[in-house]
Amino acid sequence: MKKSKLFLVSLTSIMAMLLLSGCENNMVVFNPEGPIARQILELINFSIALMLLVTVVVFGLFGFIVWKYRERKENMDYEPPEEHGSTVLEIIWTVIPILIIVALTIPTVKTIYAIDEVPKGYENEEPLVINVTSADWKWIFSYPEQGIETVNYVNIPEDRPIDFRLTSAGTMQSFWIPALAGQKYTMAKAETQLYLVADNPGSYVGKNTNFNGQGYAGMEFEVLSQTQKEFEQWIKDVKETAPKMTLEEYEKMLEPSHLGRKTFSNTHLEWVDHSDPHSKNYTNPEMYDRGHGWPGKIFEDKDNYKNKDGNTEHSNHENNEDMNHKESETEDSHGGDHSGH
Amino acid sequence: MGIKWDEFFVTGDPLIFASQIGIALTMVGALAGITYFKKWNYLWTEWFTTVDHKKIGIMYILLGVVMFLRGGIDGLMMKGQTAVPENDFLNAQHYNEVFTTHGVIMILFVAMPLLIGLMNFVIPLQIGARDVAFPQLNALSFWLTVSGAALFNISFIIGGSPDAGWTSYFPLAGKEFSPGIGNNFYAVALQIAGAGTLMTGINFVVTVLKMRTKGMTLMKMPMFTWTSFITSIIIVASFPIFTVALALMTFDRTFGTHFFTISGGGMDMLWANLFWLWGHPEVYIVVLPAFGMLSDIISTFARKTLYGYKSMVISIVMISVLSMLVWVHHFFTMGNSAGVNSFFSITTMAIAIPTGVKVFNWLFTMRKGRIKFTTAMLWALAFVPNFVIGGVTGVMLAMAAADYQYHNTLFLVAHFHYVLIPGVVFPIFAGLYFWWPKMFGYMLNEKIGKWHFWLFVVGFNVTFMPMFFLGLDGAVRRAYTYSAETGFGPLMMISAVGSVILAAGFAALVYNIYWSARNADRNIGNDPWDARTLEWATATPVQHYNFASLPEVTKLDAFWHMKKTDELQPLTEDEIEEIHLPSNTWIPIYMGVVFGISGFLLVFEWTIAAGIAALGIFAGLAFRSFDYDEGFHVHKDEIFETESKWRKGANKGVKNHVS
Repeated sequence: MKKSKLFLVSLTSIMAMLLLSGCENNMVVFNPEGPIARQILELINFSIALMLLVTVVVFGLFGFIVWKYRERKENMDYEPPEEHGSTVLEIIWTVIPILIIVALTIPTVKTIYAIDEVPKGYENEEPLVINVTSADWKWIFSYPEQGIETVNYVNIPEDRPIDFRLTSAGTMQSFWIPALAGQKYTMAKAETQLYLVADNPGSYVGKNTNFNGQGYAGMEFEVLSQTQKEFEQWIKDVKETAPKMTLEEYEKMLEPSHLGRKTFSNTHLEWVDHSDPHSKNYTNPEMYDRGHGWPGKIFEDKDNYKNKDGNTEHSNHENNEDMNHKESETEDSHGGDHSGH
Repeated sequence: MGIKWDEFFVTGDPLIFASQIGIALTMVGALAGITYFKKWNYLWTEWFTTVDHKKIGIMYILLGVVMFLRGGIDGLMMKGQTAVPENDFLNAQHYNEVFTTHGVIMILFVAMPLLIGLMNFVIPLQIGARDVAFPQLNALSFWLTVSGAALFNISFIIGGSPDAGWTSYFPLAGKEFSPGIGNNFYAVALQIAGAGTLMTGINFVVTVLKMRTKGMTLMKMPMFTWTSFITSIIIVASFPIFTVALALMTFDRTFGTHFFTISGGGMDMLWANLFWLWGHPEVYIVVLPAFGMLSDIISTFARKTLYGYKSMVISIVMISVLSMLVWVHHFFTMGNSAGVNSFFSITTMAIAIPTGVKVFNWLFTMRKGRIKFTTAMLWALAFVPNFVIGGVTGVMLAMAAADYQYHNTLFLVAHFHYVLIPGVVFPIFAGLYFWWPKMFGYMLNEKIGKWHFWLFVVGFNVTFMPMFFLGLDGAVRRAYTYSAETGFGPLMMISAVGSVILAAGFAALVYNIYWSARNADRNIGNDPWDARTLEWATATPVQHYNFASLPEVTKLDAFWHMKKTDELQPLTEDEIEEIHLPSNTWIPIYMGVVFGISGFLLVFEWTIAAGIAALGIFAGLAFRSFDYDEGFHVHKDEIFETESKWRKGANKGVKNHVS
């Protein structure tokens, strides 16, 4: 008996200590570097405070009851009373959780709506659009306005809202820069969207959190927040020095592989926008053999870029491609259509 | 494509090779042992062909414990791999298979069989019935579960295990990105086991509605019966969704349809929706019966009736309704509109309300009681603080905006282990210690039980507490490795050490079962805990016909009141009537085998052969429909003899084994 009490006390205090120390230590979620992550953190801190309160009350009551009403040598003759419940008490402990949930719901809903938009204070600034395409197992960042593309790193200007348009070339992934904002999934033939602003220049880790096969653990990228001036200089350098990517090179890039950083002075949006529901597939089933010697039947994929027959289909794709091309020139014409589900 | 016999076994990995040898030796040893001791006939007539709910329950529990071992080893391997940064104990592929099978096995082949096993054993006794409503269907459910479990488990030595996570999200799990047959095992094995579970659900809904003894109204049912009843309803509501999802998955993978693929107009989101429409209620399927066990155990050892019985019933009904309305919280970050996310945030958080009511009712059940710290009660007590941690972090995750930061991280992993281990595994252990004497006629050793308890609870907290902090520091789940710069190393190491303590706790349970089977006192009477519900009114272990004459109930905690008012009259000869019971049958085990074989062929995409094998299923069904076996009657004399034997000696010379 003593043991169980001691254990509970130590468990509670360790919990509390760890949680409290959590606020000052270097856990990335507790060190936001931008307004979106900060808004989320405020919500998290509020919920932790309320939940600690709940925990302390229940633990306290639990410890007290278990200790006080334990069986002892002296009370072996004690026969507990017949007790079926108390409507008043039961209503009380129904209402209290309701109040707590309401208290949590209000800021939650507010925050959900708030982080869906350009953060407060930056409404008047034109967001920088960056198209993010995830593939196995790399991140491709296209700057349609600047006409450049990077792989596995993304540079952004500080204090300017960034509008990430997320899609995937194949498997489902999740785009997460914990220091700057919460995550969003990337899905093929669909587009999700994420706003963020970085307060200061600095380097942050971004990663995929949604399991997508063998190369998953290495799917990280760097987010470099620069001053406006540095950023413009970088764009200029890239445009002058980086090579142009060809369709062939791009197709090669989409094969399952790890790549280092790459930089190009054009974007793949010229020939494909993976968020378009009618875009071609760049899948390579034969390259995903898991090495057990049992490849099952692989079906011919009508939408695949490698498939050269099926002329009508093909010409359809070409039409789509043209449309995409036009769309990517006039930025805002798409996105709204396909975003979300 | 057919089977390539020269590449039949998975090769090339020393770990798998060692387990192949281990499995071969164990199987040869087991077969030789059974033959040597001439136990084939006994096993066949007493166990394999049985339709007795008690024996089926015990076999379910055995399956659950064996699978616990397998799933636990998977868990230890994962912890071993991530204990230090850039470890190369497992490669990415092996790790992916291990975490996938760990998840599937723990949920579907550990939690489910253990709970359904206890339900099988206890529910008919608690409602004063002689069996479940459909005994033969019950046996079929069990053998299909075994069949599914066997098929799922052989994947790691033949053909390769599924590796797309227990959620098997598309398009990753589709042919485009998983062309191997590993994920076929997932689709087919779970389909077979799921069919068994669905039938169990139907069986228990009917059993509880139709088989209750005289006077037992719904509002006089013990809490474990209530929660099992609600669970069965959730099973009937949600498992068909999973059946459909798995069928579509099989079509996609084996026949080239495009329900979930990214090509041909498939929709990967459809899988996520269908999966979680089943998957979230599934959480409540495993947690509700566990809540019921806690209610019965806490009220027994606090010597008080359950506090707020009515509000407990309302709470579980509320939980069951809400469980079907929250599935989208599994993909808050999938680009839903703010309105959708808000709605599912609120429904999810609302589950905390009935759950909170239950926690307070349990606490007040103990208030003014006299709490006896048996091992069973310790498990029930440990539930409260640990589950509260799981619950409050669940509320944190339910807040969609905050979930953007927790989603798919180790914070989430920590949360659901804090819900599933204290909320399901602790109560199962409590239930095993509590009902073990009813099942086998002796108790599990209390001293070893306490070792089991402390090692397991401490190990559990040391393993999963650090994961909350790792998650908040950006550690994602399912990653087979991480770099030293991330700084995850120390906490990962603590967590790995915890898992070893946890495993030691489980080893103590296995040792306890062995020790108690050999050494425990057999003279314990029929009611060793001074319990409150009807199952304790039978002999220990229970006579095969359960009750000589069906009891009549007037109050909640029926047996307790019978004891108080001395209504437990000894049976007189003229009260006894012949009892009708169903005969044993070989059809369920035969069906399990045929399902297993055709499932295996389907996994290897040998569809024609699978179709031919499946004819055996129809043969079994046809045979069953012409089976006119009406069962048999237990003779009066036999009943009288059995009853007078245990009733006379029941509580003579019984010493208190637990203080």
